[in-house]
Amino acid sequence: MVSPVLNVQDICMDFGGIRALDEVNLDVKAGEIVALIGPNGAGKTTFFNCITGIYKPTSGDVVVGRSGDSPRRINGIKPNLVTEIGMARTFQNIRLFPSMTALENVMIGTHCRTKSGIWGAISHNRKARVEEQEIIERSYHLLELVHLEEYANELACNLPYGKQRRLEIARAMATDPFLLLLDEPAAGMNPHETIELKELVLGIRDVYGISILLIEHDMKMVMSMSDRIFVLDYGRLISHGTPQEVSGDPAVIKAYLGEGDDDV
Amino acid sequence: MNNNIKADKGKRPLAFFSAGCDSAAHALRRSVLVALWFMFLTFPIMVIKVDTVNKTIDWRWMNLLWIGIGSFVLSFVWRWLLERKELQKDQVSTEGPVERLLTSASSIPAAKWSLLAIVGIAALVFPHLAGMYQTNIMISCLTYVALGLGLNIVVGLAGLLDLGYVAFYAVGAYAYALMNMHFQIGFWTMLPLGAVLGAICGILLGFPVLRLRGDYLAIVTLGFGEIIRLVLENWGEVTMGPSGISGIDRPMLFGHKFGVFDSITFMYYIMLGLMILTIFFVNRLQNSRIGRAWLALREDEIACQAMGIDRTKTKLMAFALGATWAGMAGVVFAAKTTFINPASFTFWESAIILSVVVIGGMGSVRGVILGALVLILLPEYLRAFSEFRMLIFGATMVLVMVFRPQGLIRAKRKVYTYMGRKTAGAEHG
Repeated sequence: MVSPVLNVQDICMDFGGIRALDEVNLDVKAGEIVALIGPNGAGKTTFFNCITGIYKPTSGDVVVGRSGDSPRRINGIKPNLVTEIGMARTFQNIRLFPSMTALENVMIGTHCRTKSGIWGAISHNRKARVEEQEIIERSYHLLELVHLEEYANELACNLPYGKQRRLEIARAMATDPFLLLLDEPAAGMNPHETIELKELVLGIRDVYGISILLIEHDMKMVMSMSDRIFVLDYGRLISHGTPQEVSGDPAVIKAYLGEGDDDV
Repeated sequence: MNNNIKADKGKRPLAFFSAGCDSAAHALRRSVLVALWFMFLTFPIMVIKVDTVNKTIDWRWMNLLWIGIGSFVLSFVWRWLLERKELQKDQVSTEGPVERLLTSASSIPAAKWSLLAIVGIAALVFPHLAGMYQTNIMISCLTYVALGLGLNIVVGLAGLLDLGYVAFYAVGAYAYALMNMHFQIGFWTMLPLGAVLGAICGILLGFPVLRLRGDYLAIVTLGFGEIIRLVLENWGEVTMGPSGISGIDRPMLFGHKFGVFDSITFMYYIMLGLMILTIFFVNRLQNSRIGRAWLALREDEIACQAMGIDRTKTKLMAFALGATWAGMAGVVFAAKTTFINPASFTFWESAIILSVVVIGGMGSVRGVILGALVLILLPEYLRAFSEFRMLIFGATMVLVMVFRPQGLIRAKRKVYTYMGRKTAGAEHG
């Protein structure tokens, strides 16, 4: 049995009187691709925000840990610490640094894995120079991974939409995560780009051994690449299992198509 | 109609006469209207003059004519300039003439070094060629360069709008004045201490405003600046209140005391050294890991945190490092004037320092230097026009913001390139 890298137990999130997440359980094992799906407004992004520290969950436990390390409860810690532990995310509405180049965007991702401080910056000593070189080298290789190396010095805001999404993945990879959280990575992409993206995500899993949790609406992509799928509706987990199990589940069909009980 | 204009804007050569209008006739009509409007507006002050002795009214119709002709001609120039700016916006590289000159100069090493050498030598011999008055002006100008570069870290790089920057300047100046008065501590000891005190105050201000951005941050920092000034004014037992502290020691060189004239020259060199140090530090900082984190923080705070950057630490670092230069400049200011009182640290000073940064070009070291030269030297040399001085000063600021909203010299960042196994960053400071 592989130990889970992310284990979420009975997580609840209330906004005033509204319960956006209601006792959701989810786990991701090492080297797995897990998808979180559900109709619009089901609470998928809220779930992401809860486990990455942007929101503090009302109750429940979020436990993470690199496989091999002792797991750690991370409820309510700051987002930058979550990233430092090793969970990196992308955003549904792309949040790149628009007036920085593609390479610089990825370089920002390496921030939490590098150390040089004020003294290093001013004295420009050997240690800082070596580190700076490593940052550039590593960032460039990540750009190569997402096939953006020719745009290295292009401003992020000038890149086309699909490339911006891939750049965001490269930036998240730069934080050296063990779990990558992708929030609708294929949104707004054409079928060809979606296939490329799928290959990229599978490659990341196979080459780097990084587990992946993704939110996605593109069912073809979700069904073909996920190991397991969790389905949210109105903040509740209504189904989970392999793609076959989930696609045959009447509760899921009902949530998506809104069929009455009589028709099922 | 409008679409047509937009479509052939790129192809059409820019005609001076009909710029911004459909036809020459249209342009003529608009200019006549502008002229009439200005004649109407200025009629009461420019035409009517009441002679209180003879109890008559002078009707100065010639003035009206001049205003009419002036505004008629200027309206053409104005439209032409605006149109030209619009056209340039579409081009990929929108470097101004000054920027282009600097870029081409810095691309040739020989030209770059000889240019630097000329500027350096000019700066070194300046106090010997120019008189004491000019040297004094130059010292205050250099002070503003140092202050501007310090504020540039906070506003230009980290994007935190700070309207109370003068408070740190005051902290440095008062720290030296008080320590000198009570404990006879010398200038050279206080210079680093002033920097440390500035940094501490920067962190103290930074803590409560961590969550704030933009307008909210501006208001809180404005309040902070006023608090410091009011404390200085009202805490009489310690700060001597509005009457200030006088008789502050001028700096000495290895125990040698200078006369009044020599000490101004000496002060000039100290300030020049401090400015060069500031330029060096700010340049290094902005092209470092921390500098990148500041830029990222300015662009998107949430993404920044999600990428593992500690918002608290990064912001406090920006506040502290920015305030460091203000603290040092404050010590130098107190030593130069030998007298300080709270009137030197009003909001007006903060506004001027911020204008230096914004007009020079946010985040651009060369821009801030040019901004300080323009903003501090302009009012001084305009003293010949005495009553129109501030009018011209204000108009210059408005014109710069209309035609170059990105500042006189735009920020240019280091370009990172990857070259096989070995990597190198091409410097374009």
